[in-house]
Amino acid sequence: MARQAEHLRAGAVGVAVLALALAGCGGAKVGDGSSGADGSSGSGSCGTFNLAVNPWVGYEADAAVVAYVAEHDLGCKVTQKDLKEEIAWQGFGTGEVDAILENWGHDDLKKKYVTGQKTAVEAGPTGNKGIIGWYVPPWLAKAHPDITDWKNLNKYAAKFRTSESGGKGQLLDGDPSYVTNDEALVKNLKLDFKVVYAGSETALIQAFRKAEKNKEWVIGYFYEPQWFLSEVPLVKVELPPYEEGCDADAEKVACDYPVYDLDKLVSAKFATSGSPAYDLVKNFTWTNDDQNVVAKYIAVDKLTPEAAAKKWVEANRAKVDAWLK
Amino acid sequence: MTAVVEKPRAADPAPAPVRRERRIGRPLLVAVILGVWLVLFAVLRGRHTLSLAAADLTGLHRWFNDVNDAIGADRDSNPLFLYFFNEIRLVVDTLVTFVQELISQPSAGRPLPQIGWLGVVGLAGYVSWAVGNWRVALLAVAGFTFLGLQGLWQESMDTLALTLSAVLTALLFAIPLGVWAGVSDRVDRILKPFLDFMQTMPTFVYLAPLTLFFLIGPASATIATVIYAAPPAIRITAHAVRSVPEATVEAAESLGATRRQALLKVLLPLSRRTVILGVNQSIMAALAMVTIAALIDAPGLGKTVVQALQSLDVGTAFNAGLSIVVMAIVLDRVTTAAGVRAEAARRSGSRFAAWRRPLLGAGAAITLVLVYLSHTYVWAAEFPGEGGVGRSVASAADTATLWVQDHLSGLTNTVRDTLTEGLLNPFQTLLTDSPWWLVGAVLVALGTVFGGRRAGITAAVCVGLLVGTGLWSDAMTTLASTLVATVLVMLLGVALGVWMGRSALVDRLIRPTLDAAQVMPPFVYLVPFLALFGATRFTAIVAAVVYAAPVATKIVADGVRQVPAATVEAATAAGCGTWQLITKVQLPMARGALTLATNQGLIYVLSMVVVGGLVGAGALGYDVVAGFSQGQLYGKGLAAGLAIVLLGVMFDRITQAAARRTSA
Repeated sequence: MARQAEHLRAGAVGVAVLALALAGCGGAKVGDGSSGADGSSGSGSCGTFNLAVNPWVGYEADAAVVAYVAEHDLGCKVTQKDLKEEIAWQGFGTGEVDAILENWGHDDLKKKYVTGQKTAVEAGPTGNKGIIGWYVPPWLAKAHPDITDWKNLNKYAAKFRTSESGGKGQLLDGDPSYVTNDEALVKNLKLDFKVVYAGSETALIQAFRKAEKNKEWVIGYFYEPQWFLSEVPLVKVELPPYEEGCDADAEKVACDYPVYDLDKLVSAKFATSGSPAYDLVKNFTWTNDDQNVVAKYIAVDKLTPEAAAKKWVEANRAKVDAWLK
Repeated sequence: MTAVVEKPRAADPAPAPVRRERRIGRPLLVAVILGVWLVLFAVLRGRHTLSLAAADLTGLHRWFNDVNDAIGADRDSNPLFLYFFNEIRLVVDTLVTFVQELISQPSAGRPLPQIGWLGVVGLAGYVSWAVGNWRVALLAVAGFTFLGLQGLWQESMDTLALTLSAVLTALLFAIPLGVWAGVSDRVDRILKPFLDFMQTMPTFVYLAPLTLFFLIGPASATIATVIYAAPPAIRITAHAVRSVPEATVEAAESLGATRRQALLKVLLPLSRRTVILGVNQSIMAALAMVTIAALIDAPGLGKTVVQALQSLDVGTAFNAGLSIVVMAIVLDRVTTAAGVRAEAARRSGSRFAAWRRPLLGAGAAITLVLVYLSHTYVWAAEFPGEGGVGRSVASAADTATLWVQDHLSGLTNTVRDTLTEGLLNPFQTLLTDSPWWLVGAVLVALGTVFGGRRAGITAAVCVGLLVGTGLWSDAMTTLASTLVATVLVMLLGVALGVWMGRSALVDRLIRPTLDAAQVMPPFVYLVPFLALFGATRFTAIVAAVVYAAPVATKIVADGVRQVPAATVEAATAAGCGTWQLITKVQLPMARGALTLATNQGLIYVLSMVVVGGLVGAGALGYDVVAGFSQGQLYGKGLAAGLAIVLLGVMFDRITQAAARRTSA
């Protein structure tokens, strides 16, 4: 019978809650007032703008700023979609993605979707220079200044040895979606190193962060623009200089990576849709420093991407206005 | 009782014929095989190793690529797409969108979903009470309120919407299929390999094709989740139907019941409790997919975890991970309680029925009022507060992580280097530097010794197919780490399991931690582990141990507890000390459980191979991740996924056959 009493008690509590709730009825109703109206101040002609967001903070910064401007200046409804590159490109054909804002090379994908399926169209450079290469933590470059020349790397190879590198020095590579020639470089430059794949950008950054903090020996693949460089300013190692065509044969590469002009792509449909968002994407350009500032707001200062974009846009109105012309 | 994705493989202990023809001891045979291997390794080292560089492809890999491209190119004209995949997508999409608009996303011109937090909390409490009891109702209310206090209300509701839609869709065909497999041996045999495949194939492998078939967005995410969440429900339903005593069914049939009647009136009601357990496991599996599905734009908590990882923000990732754990624990306890109630209701009849009905009615009325309030008023619709709890949790997690990193990393480096140099490297060298045919022969021989002739044949087929994937060398590297991880899992599992099995108090204290370790997305603890152990194979091993040890521990604890009390008492009376009792009585008698624990431990470790690829384990895990990231490596990633499945099938069959022999 104890059980019955419990149930009765539960019922009584419930009724009391109900009474309280009814007494407390009041306050604003959903849909009242301004909540539905703001955010659509511009002209209605833009419609929905589907923006792919690839998984690195620099791209997040691009997307945040473009989305902010599209929403606030053009009155678009922006849908940001978090996708890996390969899948984002797929989305051009199915109409689920309108624009990709930061493409690193990916000539294979261009061949497949721009010239092959013709679902994607190039929309010009972002103004960002993509630099890829081998980097060491600042303490190391300071303690051994000659380490930034590849010719001296073999001298230090033993110092870079880890449990993973099988007796050689370890050259740490990151996410598999990175563009890399490192295995060929190690072989062709006759370096006493082994490429070890960390497997993710997170792992790579954590390795450099730890190396700087504990003065450990780490050399690895990295790139700029990248927010992490504002936390730990890694130093680039000089490889034999890049010349046009020196990376033509993937097996025989023995030179540094070229400087990439990062560029934008849009879906073929979007390009001819007459949407003002397309003009915005086409006109959008900024510098590595610009991107690093926004990326730092997001990654280090932990602002939301939207707040970070707002902060930057308000401080750089002139640049933004140039995109809107 | 467990928040686990347990795969009840060994649930059907078909007693294998006991073989006792030859009397050569098994340990001796194993020693001979290993001895021969070592000798031949010394002679043949470095020959026929079938290694393949990171960027190299085989013909098979290229062929997979071409198929993939061909599908992508004609998806707008192919009738299969127009009339089949697109229709499926439409139905699933409608379902998900409907649930999302109900609880998580703004809908129909409203800035907020139809039912706000107060309504959802009320509903959760009421439903939990109605299907379970007031205790789990309280837990549900507290848990859901906590999600809001964390500042992650909307994300949590998105995750809940996706989980519910996926589980509903999965059950829609899992239960009929399960029942079918339960009544027909043939169907059961046909289904089994498919279920194995669905559960061991790394999710990363089919994420990209899924978006090709079902486009980007919640529909694809839901379908990916369905693929992973359906097998446990099918297996457990089949098991439930199978374990209804035959006599009962025969009795019903002799009373003139038709097959249909026997099914509906006898089999299903009697197996309801176990079927609910299947639902429970389905939900847990669905929640395990939350972070992975976020990679194809699934909304919810997974997205928060993945985004936080990009800037190595452990606190935020942990915070969202904790919400997933809380949701899992609530859903687990509620469905478990529902299972118990189903049982109790069947047994006890209608003693409380008279009171129950009016109370249920009153509860429903109150809930409706809450739902109405949350639909109408902002205060009841939008969770109040700024998520202060979440911020304190995040900063506490950050502080703790930092402390551990700063104070333990010297120690952890020593442990890592000792284990890597002493155990992992030699073992891996032995596996990767021996000729492939030698390792293959050893695997087949060991399979036969441990599991009998059929297991040996399975091993031979798997070895052949592994060579066919073109990734033999990578598979062996992965195998080395996997086996080392499994050994660690078993050491931990036996130690903890015996302790838990011998003391109910210890069990109650440790179990929640085990549950949490299994449901917490691995992505969350990768960053601290990376700080402790660097980007190495060892980090991957530690992550796998964290994920797999709880299952092994629970099974061992269960086995130890099932040793009859009378036996233990007799041994104690005969003067056995605690240590003797454990090693001479409890562990030997729990041998079946130990083998099953090894089986499950190994399968769980294998399911972490891909996560390991993200933190420096390389090999198959890296191949899978690379295939997901780069178009030209797609086929190689697919082949790597297949290789993982093959390793899984091989070891599952061998350990299961071994388990049957030891328990027979």
